[in-house]
Amino acid sequence: MNLDFSQNHFELMGLPVGYALDLAALDDAYRKLQGKLHPDRFAQAGDQERRMAVQGAAWVNEAYATLKDDTRRARYLLTLQGVEFNDERDTANDPEFLMEQMELREALEEAPEVSDPLARLDTLSADIAARRKALGEAFDSAFGDHRMDEAKALVLKMRFYDKLRDEALRTAERLEDELL
Amino acid sequence: MALLQISEPGMSTNPHEHRLAVGIDLGTTNSLVATVRSGVAETLPDGEGRHILPSVVHYSADAVTVGHDAKRRAALDPLNTIASVKRLMGRGVDDLKVLNGHVPYEFVAGEGGVPRIRTVGGDVTPMQVSAEILRALRARAEASLGGELSGAVITVPAYFDDAQRQATKDAATLAGLNVFRLLNEPTAAAIAYGLDKGQEGVIAVYDLGGGTFDISILRLSKGVFQVLATGGDSALGGDDFDRAIAEWIMQEAGMAGESDHQRMRKLMMDACAAKEALSDSDETELSIQVAGDQVWNGCITCEQMNCLIEPLITKTLAACRRALRDAGVSKEEVIDVVMVGGSTRVPHVREQVAAFFGREPRVDIDPDRVVAVGAALQADVLAGNKPDEEMLLLDVIPLSLGIETMGGLVEHIIPRNTTIPVARAQEFTTFKDGQTAMSLHVIQGERDVVDHNRSLARFTLRGIPPMVAGAARIRVTYQVDADGLLNVTAREELSGVQAGIEVKPSYGLTDNEIETMLTDSMSHAREDMEARRLREQQVEADRVLVALEAALAADAELLDASERQAIDKARDGLVAARTAEDSETIKRAIKDVEKASEGFVARRMNQSIRKAMAGHRVEEFE
Repeated sequence: MNLDFSQNHFELMGLPVGYALDLAALDDAYRKLQGKLHPDRFAQAGDQERRMAVQGAAWVNEAYATLKDDTRRARYLLTLQGVEFNDERDTANDPEFLMEQMELREALEEAPEVSDPLARLDTLSADIAARRKALGEAFDSAFGDHRMDEAKALVLKMRFYDKLRDEALRTAERLEDELL
Repeated sequence: MALLQISEPGMSTNPHEHRLAVGIDLGTTNSLVATVRSGVAETLPDGEGRHILPSVVHYSADAVTVGHDAKRRAALDPLNTIASVKRLMGRGVDDLKVLNGHVPYEFVAGEGGVPRIRTVGGDVTPMQVSAEILRALRARAEASLGGELSGAVITVPAYFDDAQRQATKDAATLAGLNVFRLLNEPTAAAIAYGLDKGQEGVIAVYDLGGGTFDISILRLSKGVFQVLATGGDSALGGDDFDRAIAEWIMQEAGMAGESDHQRMRKLMMDACAAKEALSDSDETELSIQVAGDQVWNGCITCEQMNCLIEPLITKTLAACRRALRDAGVSKEEVIDVVMVGGSTRVPHVREQVAAFFGREPRVDIDPDRVVAVGAALQADVLAGNKPDEEMLLLDVIPLSLGIETMGGLVEHIIPRNTTIPVARAQEFTTFKDGQTAMSLHVIQGERDVVDHNRSLARFTLRGIPPMVAGAARIRVTYQVDADGLLNVTAREELSGVQAGIEVKPSYGLTDNEIETMLTDSMSHAREDMEARRLREQQVEADRVLVALEAALAADAELLDASERQAIDKARDGLVAARTAEDSETIKRAIKDVEKASEGFVARRMNQSIRKAMAGHRVEEFE
């Protein structure tokens, strides 16, 4: 017998299944659940209960992290509908999009060479975030209309922006380290 | 039906009785112990009224001295006086080469890569040295509280990696302490400031101690301390300020190339004294023993010192910027900046931090004591002394956890600043046809190449049935508990072959070594290992019985008659075993209770999840 992990993340958090997210309600539900399940609540319990609490709290943390992040939430919605992902093979193949990606990547690579590289990176990061957000909105309407193939293609594109965002962060960190 | 009550001094089974619990700040330079008495958290003084215990241990041929007395011997007997041992915790012999010239001790490579420090009292591991400090604090607390401690919360720098945390926990085991939790120092400070009380928003905790620097960004809301991001440097602190000043003095006094341990130790103390003097004056006189009876007299100004320590402060501010970025918040969103650690007394540090965040940092609680006080508040809650307390700490791992893949690269499995506890799995496959074993290398750190990160552990999954390359499905699961400690398991999904390790770090002690060290320290105290095991099992038995009684009282209706009967039988067995004076018998009886009540425990937890969310749903429909 184990904890009942059969609820999906939305059910667990008491939220409607969908891309639109009430962040305050998610935060509130997350804190309520951790208030019951966190291992600190079982500090005086036996080993078995403490182990189970660690599992339960880890599960709630995973659900929270998945729902909070736009790309992960979108992908999760699709897996709930039976859409499968294959990280090795899935990729975007829209030439226009790939061209745009290359341009953004080049801009990132060149950022350290400009006169105020950190400001340049901030601008690029804001641009990346805006484009990702627009994709999220497109996903919302595709998913709402059950156009699953299109929705999946949009999630794959969102992941490209996530990678660019991470790359921008790493570049900024590297620059700051070099300033020391 | 009421349970049999079994109690003896210090081990009450009464759930309502106040349990003795302490918070311990195990610092690089100084350590403290605090407790909550009559609702107030306070640090405990020694017999002479001193709260601070210098984290210094002196070994002679037949005795161990800790604290002020040991510190006094540092200059006279530097090789046998261990200071700043926290810097060595969880480190391997190779890491210590980096410290070369910074510490005067002689190192000997030990088994399993744990370095030992050579003293006239024998070779000792950093964990043993830390255990001496913990033992002294435990004795102080028990004398002052008049009873045996039920447990302790021990603080660690937020930026401590798995090996350093495990080493700290091992030291506590050696000192005979029951660790409720390892708590991150900045989080402890936030609790001490009572920042949960009515305050909502993002705060930053800047913690510059003797040998470590931490920055934590937290979001506070209704008693919940949610750490958003943490960063720092586990080898940067006030000691480095002293060193920078000492190097300047050496240059000025023409002491370059000086290698005499005793004189170096004295010089470091003089540098530290100068730093402290410059906290409230613009310049201070220096009188340094150069060689023999020769003395160099000079003077250092505040401005000169600020210049010397500036690069170190800049480094801490870069970590602040990174933590803010990881947390996804701007400087403007930070409503409070809290200063922690003795090194934040340096005015230039405060000025720079104020300039960076654009607001005056809070310094109203003694920066030396604030961490111990926060740990004591958390210990009091974890001991069960405040059943209605709503306080909840949600902490994160400071450094990414990953695994070595082809070509010496690192694949991250859990990224830094992930909230703990956490469990994540990743699937791997075999590289060659017929491959029957796979070795796994557990890594912590941010860099892409294995060599630039910390190697935590290596282990091998054996017995994979021979298949073509790429057919096996090996699922590797990383689980990090609330202390930030990692556990790794690997399983071949098609055959079910499994291997797992509690990540005993590459530079950690094995269970056997801990046992041997415990036996050694016991023989000093004329205590018996079996007696200790028996007590541990008795405490666990009491814990299980009390928890079960409370569970049955609350939710007996979740059980049908046969389940209830099985639980009652196992419980009666444990009550009988509890008096058997044999640790193995008690251990078995505890397992029986756990087995009989497993379903009940899970059902109760499931029910509490439903109840937590039930109120939520009602609100939404209203």
